[in-house]
Amino acid sequence: MNNIYNIAKARLEKGIVTEEINLIGEELRSEIQKKFSRSLYIREVDTGSCGACESEIISATNPLYDIQRFGVDFVASPRHADALLVAGPVSLNMSVALKKTYDAMPSPKFVITAGDCALDGGPFKGSYYIEGGVGKIIPVDFHVPGCPPSPADLMKHILLAVKNIQIK
Amino acid sequence: MNYNEFKKTFIEKSGFAAELITEAGEEVYIKTNNENYLDTCLLLHRGLVSPVMIYFAEDNTKSREVYTIYCGFLGKQIKKWVFAVLDVDKELKEFPSIAKNIVSGQLFEREIKEMFGLIPAGTPDQRRLRLHEEVWPEGFYPLRKGFVKPEKTRGTGKEYTFDKIEGEGVFEVPVGPVHAGIIGPGHFRFSVAGEPIINLELRLGFTHRGAEKLFEGKTVNDSIKLAECVSGDSAFAHGLAFALAAEKACGVTVSERTKLTRGICLELERIYNHVNDIGGMAVDVAFSYPSALASLIKEIILRLNEKLSNHRYLKGINAFGSCDFALSLGKQEEVVRILEQAEEDMKILKEILFSSVSFMDRVDTTGLLRRKTAEDFGIMGLAARAAGIKTDLRTVFPGVYMKTSFMLARQEKGDVLARLNVRFDELSVSLRLIKEFMSLLSEQPSEEKLNPAVKEGTGVGCCEGFRGPVIYWVKLDKDGKVERCKIVDASFNNWQGLSYCVLGNIVPDFPLCNKSFDLSYSGGDL
Ligand code: SF4
Repeated sequence: MNNIYNIAKARLEKGIVTEEINLIGEELRSEIQKKFSRSLYIREVDTGSCGACESEIISATNPLYDIQRFGVDFVASPRHADALLVAGPVSLNMSVALKKTYDAMPSPKFVITAGDCALDGGPFKGSYYIEGGVGKIIPVDFHVPGCPPSPADLMKHILLAVKNIQIK
Repeated sequence: MNYNEFKKTFIEKSGFAAELITEAGEEVYIKTNNENYLDTCLLLHRGLVSPVMIYFAEDNTKSREVYTIYCGFLGKQIKKWVFAVLDVDKELKEFPSIAKNIVSGQLFEREIKEMFGLIPAGTPDQRRLRLHEEVWPEGFYPLRKGFVKPEKTRGTGKEYTFDKIEGEGVFEVPVGPVHAGIIGPGHFRFSVAGEPIINLELRLGFTHRGAEKLFEGKTVNDSIKLAECVSGDSAFAHGLAFALAAEKACGVTVSERTKLTRGICLELERIYNHVNDIGGMAVDVAFSYPSALASLIKEIILRLNEKLSNHRYLKGINAFGSCDFALSLGKQEEVVRILEQAEEDMKILKEILFSSVSFMDRVDTTGLLRRKTAEDFGIMGLAARAAGIKTDLRTVFPGVYMKTSFMLARQEKGDVLARLNVRFDELSVSLRLIKEFMSLLSEQPSEEKLNPAVKEGTGVGCCEGFRGPVIYWVKLDKDGKVERCKIVDASFNNWQGLSYCVLGNIVPDFPLCNKSFDLSYSGGDL
């Protein structure tokens, strides 16, 4: 059994942890140290996404990116969150839930949108059943473009957000 | 049974005149009327041993003063889609419901009612599915041609009522729409007596984005892009199903190269999703090492996708009439190397899971979906195969799979373990298939990207996505723009399978059952 774990560990070490990710990560860590006393907690909400945005957000936590090691984690309750990460064009059925989730977060807080849908409806622009972007329901501070944004894109933009956010 | 025998028996039993039956390639349309509609559906349902696979309406009030209803069954042996077609009077707006006799048609009838305002007379359930009553006012039917969006939504004063399960000590656990994890939105209402779940009511529709309506008026290539956004984890399968439907409608035949490339992509999509689901099951029993390993394998396949198609989810590579990536010999060797490494990792993953007694204890006999239940509700794809049903579109309409060593994976028991086993079996089949497709591909000449002409017509396009069939029925107008597009993702009916399989299980096993189906919120809600 031990043997199996060792083989898998060897694979992991051979994996492609790129320099770029480490550089972004280190900077992210030091910014989070400064502004959020060591950890940035994010609550994710899907407001009608196709699921690929979520898949990429989850990928940012896989061992190759391992965003947690830099101090970012995804939490189960909005009460624990510093930031809200929202994907999807906000279907009419989700606007109340989105608003309630936002309201349940303690201040100070900020909002990042992920993916083209969340900006203005993206591929679903003009539909009868969407609000057409997260900004129509709650104030948005930052946006990560892409369809879906890759884990590296997400990390880069979370870094930008942390750098630029003014904590009041 | 071949098609001619089927047709002969059908005519004998139904007494239909042969002129009422129209054939178009793999599709057969049988014209019915109010009196014989139900009987025809029953004949097809029983004769073809098929649940309702696709069932929808179309607004023809402008051209013919009617709405037309299509109820489609899959003839596995005759290798055809067979539709019972019924015209519904524009003023009367009523058609005979089949849901009491064929349960798998029930959700579809609710969908037709809310989208078109056509009443399935005699249906046991008339509730809405996606246009939530607290949000959407009465009298607005999005898929009618003259539809105008209501000026005001929300605050309708209406509310959804869940079934009340009462009894001593029975309590409710409401979950969602926003869940604890990074996952799609849906509402689950558990009624629990002590530990076991005695009822689970699902309320979905939270990711409804009006996808079908958005297709209308789009060109075929724009539509493929949109189809790729219907359900993100099946982006390729959805894009492919649309492309196939449009190609059929226009009578376009694609090259062998395109078919093989599509085969490779479809299997790559299956691999990363199956691995993801296996890892998800490990997460749900808090077995973190295998889940991390699975996420690593998934990442490696996503990067392979990007290498081949320039997109981690294989978006943008498929087009009307063609699908190609330049696969040089060197690149091909690299792909083989990556896949072989992934295969090694999957073996380790399997060994870790299957040698853990506590993991096996959690998955064995958990979330049992009986074959009869699966058949009644029209459960499709992987979940059906894990319950003993032998259906896979790759054997019904094999295409390039004919030239490979494809084997259908099946289990009898219908529990979480059975679904896990089907996944592992399909993984090794997919890995092998990709290698076979690639060697066939290397014999094909390279080609220019085609841009075939579009024309008026209808067609069904389908493929076996990782969770089951993805089916598109498409009608193009005289300018080659989409007039109607009906989408069926296996998730739509399969959610019912989930709500039955959890009965008698404990609430903490729900996530495990859920992951073992891994259904798409957006694919079901559209
Ligand atoms: S932005 Fe693209 S990937 Fe993200 S939810 Fe929208 S369609 Fe899906």
